[in-house]
Amino acid sequence: MSEFIQQIINGLSVGAMYALIAIGYTLVYGVLRFINFAHSDVFMVGSFVGFYSGKALGGTSWAGGLGVMAASMVGCALLGILIERLAYKPLRSRSKLAVLITAIGVSMLLQNVGQLVFGANPQPFPDTLPATTFQVGGVVVSSKDLVVLGFTLCLLGALEYIVLKTKVGTAMRAVAFNPQAASLMGINIDWIISFTFGLGSALAAAGGFLWAYKFPRIEPFMGVAPGLTAFVAAVLGGIGNITGAALGGLLLGVIETLVKGSRWSTWTEAIAFVLLILILLFKPAGLLGRVQAEKV
Amino acid sequence: MSLPTAVHRRVFLGVAVAALLAVGCKPSGGGAGTGTEIPVGEFASLTGSEAAFGRSSHNGTVLAIEQLNAAGGVLGKQFKLITEDNQSKDGESATAVKKLISRDQVVAILGEVASGRSLEAAPICQQYKVPQISPSSTNPKVTEMGDYIFRVCFVDPFQGTVMAKFAANTLKAKKVAVLTDVGAPYSVGLGTFFKERFVADGGTVVAEQKFTKDDKDFKAQLTAIKSAAPDAIFVPAYYGQVTLIVMQARELGITVPLFGGDGWEAPELLQGPGAAAALEGCYFSTHFSPDQDSPRAKEFVKAYEAKFGAKPDAMAALGYDSALLLSDAIKRAGSAEPEKIRPVLAATKDFDGVTGKMTLNAQRNAEKSAVIIGIKGGKFVYTETVNP
Repeated sequence: MSEFIQQIINGLSVGAMYALIAIGYTLVYGVLRFINFAHSDVFMVGSFVGFYSGKALGGTSWAGGLGVMAASMVGCALLGILIERLAYKPLRSRSKLAVLITAIGVSMLLQNVGQLVFGANPQPFPDTLPATTFQVGGVVVSSKDLVVLGFTLCLLGALEYIVLKTKVGTAMRAVAFNPQAASLMGINIDWIISFTFGLGSALAAAGGFLWAYKFPRIEPFMGVAPGLTAFVAAVLGGIGNITGAALGGLLLGVIETLVKGSRWSTWTEAIAFVLLILILLFKPAGLLGRVQAEKV
Repeated sequence: MSLPTAVHRRVFLGVAVAALLAVGCKPSGGGAGTGTEIPVGEFASLTGSEAAFGRSSHNGTVLAIEQLNAAGGVLGKQFKLITEDNQSKDGESATAVKKLISRDQVVAILGEVASGRSLEAAPICQQYKVPQISPSSTNPKVTEMGDYIFRVCFVDPFQGTVMAKFAANTLKAKKVAVLTDVGAPYSVGLGTFFKERFVADGGTVVAEQKFTKDDKDFKAQLTAIKSAAPDAIFVPAYYGQVTLIVMQARELGITVPLFGGDGWEAPELLQGPGAAAALEGCYFSTHFSPDQDSPRAKEFVKAYEAKFGAKPDAMAALGYDSALLLSDAIKRAGSAEPEKIRPVLAATKDFDGVTGKMTLNAQRNAEKSAVIIGIKGGKFVYTETVNP
C-alpha cells in the first residue's frame, strides 16, 4: 500500500511539471488557435538562464532561488515576445499551417543555437533552492516534490486570476473570441498577443527552472521529451482550457509513473497513448474542453 | 515519457545521406596510405550525452598518434588522424564512417565507445573491408558484425561475470535488483550477462526495472525496487543518467550500494551538488585505473597528465591502446593496406598495452583483466583487479 501511495506522490510531482508546461501550450492556443512548438525549447532556455544566474549568484537560499527563477521567467518572457515579433507576426494573415511549420523551425533553431551557446554536454544544475526529505510512515516525500507541486498550483491560480479577473485578461479572452471585433473595441491586438506569448514563455521558464531543480542535469535537447508529453497533456485536458491542461498533466504523470513502476515499464508510452486515444474517443474535446461547432 | 522525434528525424536524414553516398561512390575499400602519410579515421562522441567518453578516448588516441609520429611513425610514414564527431546521436556514425572511408581514404577506423554506435559503423567497415578497432565497446555483438571488426577491451559477458562475483563475494549480496536502459544494447547485454551469472551462482534477482535514454525521472522504478528490498542494485547504464538514478534512490531512502559497469566512469558522474555524497560506497568495473601498479601504465599516466593536465581514465587508456595496436599491426604486416592489416590484427598475441597484456581471440575480442573502482570520499578509488 505504501508503495502505491509513494508511486502516486512520484507521479503527482512529475505530473506537476508536465502541467506547468502544458499550461503554456494551452494559453497560447486559447488566444491564437495555434500550437507553439517552440514552447519546449523556451523551457530549455529557461533552465539555462537559471543555470547561469544560479551560478553567478551562488549559495542555496529561498530568496536566491526565487530570484533566479524570476530572472529566468523575465528572460524567457522577453525571448517569447521576440520570437513572436520576428517569426510569427509576419505570418499572422497567412494560413495556420505556415505558422505551425515556422514554430517547428523556431524550435529546431533554439535547440541548435542552444547547442552552440551552451554546449551539448549535460551540465549539473546548481542547488539554488534548499531541499530536504520527509518520512511519513513508509512514504518518502522530497521537499522538491512539494515545491514543484506548490509552484504549479500558485502559478495556475495566478494565471486563472489574470485571465478571468483582470482587464488584460478580459482583452485576451476578447481577442480569442474574435480578434477583429476586439480590435474594433479599441484593444491593441499586437500588445495582447505579445503579452500572451510573454506570459506563456515565463511559465515555460518556471517549468524549466523547476525541472532542473528536480533533475539537475540540463542540456539543449532536454525540452523535447517533456514538451511532447506536456503537449499531449494539454490535448488530454482539452486544449485551450487552463485547468484542463493542469489536470491532464497531473493525470499523465500519475499514469506514466504507475506503468513505469510495474512489470510493463517498457510499455509506458504505449499505455499512456492508448489511454489518450480512449479518452479522446469518448470526449473528443478533451476532459474539460468544450466541443465547438466548426464554422463553415 | 519520451518520443525522440528529433532523433528519428536525424536517423532518417542519416539513412538518406548514407543511401546517397552509397549510390554516389562505388565500394573501393579504404586508401592504402600511398603518400607520405597514413590516414587513420576516428569517429567519437566529442559532444552530446556521452561526450566525456568520446573526449577521453579521443585524447588517448591523439596522445598515442603523437608519440608514434615523434618516434618516426611506422614504415617511414607519419600517421594522420582524421576525427569525426557523431554528437552522441544515433544515426550519425554510419555517415561519419562512410565519409572517412570514401573521402578521406583511411586505412583503418578507430571508434567508438558506445556499443550502439560502434554497431552502426561496423557493417560499413565490413562492407568496404577497412579494419575497425573499437577501443571500448563491450557488447559482444560489435565484433560479430564481421571479420574486419576488432576491439581492445573485454566483452560484457566477462564484465557481467566480474560484477556478479563481486556482488556475491565483496558486497555479500544475496538478493539484487537490476535497472537497465532498454534503448542501449550495452545496458541490456550487460544486465543479462550479470543476471545469468548471479543466478547461476545461487543469488536471486528480486526486481528488474527498465528505463529509456531520455528519462530523467526514475522514482517509479526505484520505488518498485525499494519494496523488493534488495541487498544491492545493479545499474548497467551510462554516467549521465547514473548520477540522477543514484541521487533519486537516496532521496527515496534506498541506502544499499548501487554498482555498474564501465559506463559509469567519467568525472561528470560525481559533478553537481549532492552527487558525490549520493554515490559514496558505490562501485563499478572498468578496464584501467591510473592507480594501477604497472610501469607501462605509470609511463602513460605521466605523459597524459603532462599533455592534458588530468589523470587518464579507462576510456583514454583504451583509446591509446587502440592506436598502438593499429600501429603495431601495420608494422608487423609491413604494409598499410587495409586488407593486409586485417589478418595480422586478428593474429595479435600478448600485445603489451597500457591496459594490460592482451590477446585477440577467435571472436576478435581482447582477453584481459578487469579493474573494480569504488567511490570513496568523492573520488574514484582502485579496489581490485579481476583476471579472466
